[in-house]
Amino acid sequence: MADIAQQDGVPAMAGGLAETMDRLRRSSEYVVIPLFALVVAGLIFSLFLFALGQSPAMFFSLLWKGGFGTGFSWQNTLVRAAPLILTALCVAIPARLGLVIIGGEGALVLGAFTGAVASIPLVNAGAPPFLVLGAMLVTSVATGAVWIGIVGALRHYRGINETIASLLMSYIAIAIMNFFVEGALRDPGNPNKPSTQPIGEANMIGEVPGLGVHWGLPVGIVVAILLWVLMNRTTFGFAARVTGGNVRAARAQGLPVGKLIVTACAIAGACAGLAGFFEVAAIQGKANASLAAGYGFTGILVAFLARQNPIAIVPVAIFLGGIAAAGGLIQRRMGMPDATVQVLQGLMFVVLLVSETLYGRLPFFRAKGDRR
Amino acid sequence: MNETDIGFWGVPLAMFAGAIRVSTPFLFVSLGECLTEKSGRINLGLEGTLVFGAMAGYAIAYLSGSPWLGVLAAGISGCFFGALHGCICKLPKVNDIAIGIAMMLFGTGLAFFFGKPFIQPQAPHLPSISLGGWSSLPQVQSALEINPLFFIGVLLAVVMWWAFKNTRWGLIVRMTGDSAAAARAMGYSVDLVRFLATTVGGFFAGVGGAFLSLYYPGAWSEGLSSGQGLMAVALVIFARWNPLACFGAALLFGAAGALGPALQSVGITQGYYFFNAAPYLLTLFIMIASVSPKRSLKGAPGELSITK
Repeated sequence: MADIAQQDGVPAMAGGLAETMDRLRRSSEYVVIPLFALVVAGLIFSLFLFALGQSPAMFFSLLWKGGFGTGFSWQNTLVRAAPLILTALCVAIPARLGLVIIGGEGALVLGAFTGAVASIPLVNAGAPPFLVLGAMLVTSVATGAVWIGIVGALRHYRGINETIASLLMSYIAIAIMNFFVEGALRDPGNPNKPSTQPIGEANMIGEVPGLGVHWGLPVGIVVAILLWVLMNRTTFGFAARVTGGNVRAARAQGLPVGKLIVTACAIAGACAGLAGFFEVAAIQGKANASLAAGYGFTGILVAFLARQNPIAIVPVAIFLGGIAAAGGLIQRRMGMPDATVQVLQGLMFVVLLVSETLYGRLPFFRAKGDRR
Repeated sequence: MNETDIGFWGVPLAMFAGAIRVSTPFLFVSLGECLTEKSGRINLGLEGTLVFGAMAGYAIAYLSGSPWLGVLAAGISGCFFGALHGCICKLPKVNDIAIGIAMMLFGTGLAFFFGKPFIQPQAPHLPSISLGGWSSLPQVQSALEINPLFFIGVLLAVVMWWAFKNTRWGLIVRMTGDSAAAARAMGYSVDLVRFLATTVGGFFAGVGGAFLSLYYPGAWSEGLSSGQGLMAVALVIFARWNPLACFGAALLFGAAGALGPALQSVGITQGYYFFNAAPYLLTLFIMIASVSPKRSLKGAPGELSITK
C-alpha cells in the first residue's frame, strides 16, 4: 500500500537536499488533494448558497468569525474539537486494519452514562474529587473499550460487517441510556429534563489555566500522539497495518489477526469512552440525552479528512470544531437552519471521497522516472 | 368489561397492525437495497435517501395537496441520491461503503436543511383501504386499515423475485453482481448496470421515506427515521438477497418495531425505550445467527464488498 510506504519513510539525509525535496513533493499529495477537495466543496457550497439567494461571502466570513475570529470563538471551537479528536481516533485506529467503524457516538454516550452512574455512590458517600473522577474515568474508558471491542469480536469471530454492527450498537447504546435516565436512574431533583444525579460542582474537571478550555483537549492531543507512535513506530502498529493491507498475508505471516482486530477496536472504543468521560466531567455534569450531540458522526468525517492519521486528526478536528462553533452565529445572522453546517459537512465528506480517485494519477506527485 | 374492550388481545392485534404499518418502509428500502446489492454494490446511504424522501414527499404533498404526488417526488429525489452514489462509485479507488456513510450524512443534512419550514404544517395523508368492514370491533377495523403502498410493496417484491429469475434484465443484474468480468465479456457495461440498479434502488428508498412522513407516523420531523435505512441493509443479508424473503423479514422487523407502541397502547409504559431498541437488537442477533466467517452466504452476489 502506498500509505504504508509513505508513512514509514524516514527523511533521507544521505541523498542530500534534492532527494529530500523530491520526497516532500511526492508526499505532499496527501495534503494537497484533501485541501483541494475542501476548496471544491466550499465552491459547490457557495453555489448552493447563491442558488438560495444567500451571500457566500457573508457565510464564509461568519464562519471565520464564529470559529476562529475572536478569543471567545477559539474557546468555543476548542471545546468542540476536544471530543472530535477522540471520536475521530475511534474511526482512525480500526481503519488502519481496514475496518470502517462508525459507532463512536454510541461508545461516547454509553461511556459517559456509565461514568456518570459510577460517580453516584461515591458522590453520595462524600468521596474526594480525585476518587470520583478516577472511578468515572476508568468506567467510561472500559465501557467504551468493551462496546467497540464487541464490534471487533463480532467482525472477526462471526464475520459480521463492522460498519453495520457498530451503527446498530450505537442505537442500542443510546436506547440503554434513555431507558435508565428516564427510569431507574432518573434524578428526582431535576424534573425538567431527565438526567442522572449531577456529579456536583466540586467534582467537575476545571479548565486548563489560561486557555479557557477543559482538560479534554490536551489529553486528546496527547492520546493522538501516543496512538500515532503506537501505529507507526511499534510492532503492534506494523502488524495492524499489515493486517489492514492484506489479511491473508498477515495470516500467512502468523500474525494474530483476531487479537489485533479486537485490540484495535478496544483502543478505539476507549478513545470514544474517554470523550464521553470529558463530556460528563467537564461540560454536562450529568448524563442525559444531550450527550448524543453528533460528535461521533462528525468524528468520522474528521478521521477521513485526516486520512486516518492520528496526528493529522488534531488540526482537522479543530477545523471542523470551528465550523460547528460558527453554526450558531450563522443561524442567527443569516436566518439559516441549524442543519446548514451539516449540509456543508456532508458535502465536504462526499467531495473528499471523490478526490480519493486522484491519488497516484497526478504526474506532479510521482517519483522521477515513473511514467504511468 | 364492555364489548369493545379486548384486553390483552390488543397486544397481538396491535402488533399485527403495527407490523403491516411499520414494515412498509422496511420493505421498500430493503427491496431497493436488494436490487443495488444484486448488481454487486452496496449503498449504505439509503438512510439519507429515506430521510430526504420523507421530507421531499411531505413538502410536495403539502404544497400540491396531493399525497401521491408527494410519493412520486420522494421517489424522484431518491433517484437523484442513488444516481449520485452510482456515479461516484464508478470512479476508481472509491470505496462504496465510505461513500454510503457520506451520503447518509449529506442526505439527512439536506433533508433537515430544507425540511425546517415543513415541521409545523399538516400535509394531507395517504388514504388507506379498509378491509375490516366485516368486524364490529373498532380495534379490528382500525387494524385492517391498510395503506395501498403496502400492497404495492408486496407486488413489487413478487415482481422482483420473478424478474430476477425469469427475465433478461434480471439475469444481467445478477450476472453483474456475481462476476463483473463475465458481464464485461458479454458486452454489458458493468458501471451502467450498477448505476441503474442504484438509481432505481434509490427510488424505492425514497418511496419508503414518503410512507413514513405521509402515513405512519404521518408527519415530518427530524427524528422521523430511526435507522430503517440502515437496518434494511442488514435485513437484505438476512433475507439472502431474495425479494420474497425481504418481505418476510420486513414483516418481522415491523412486528419488532411495533412491540413498544403496542405494549404502550395497553398501558405498559415501563421499558418503552427498551422495546424501542428491539429492532436493533433483533437485527444484531439475526446477523450473529445467520452470518458465518467460514463460508460465504448462499445467494450472496460474488462482487459484494461486505461479503468478501
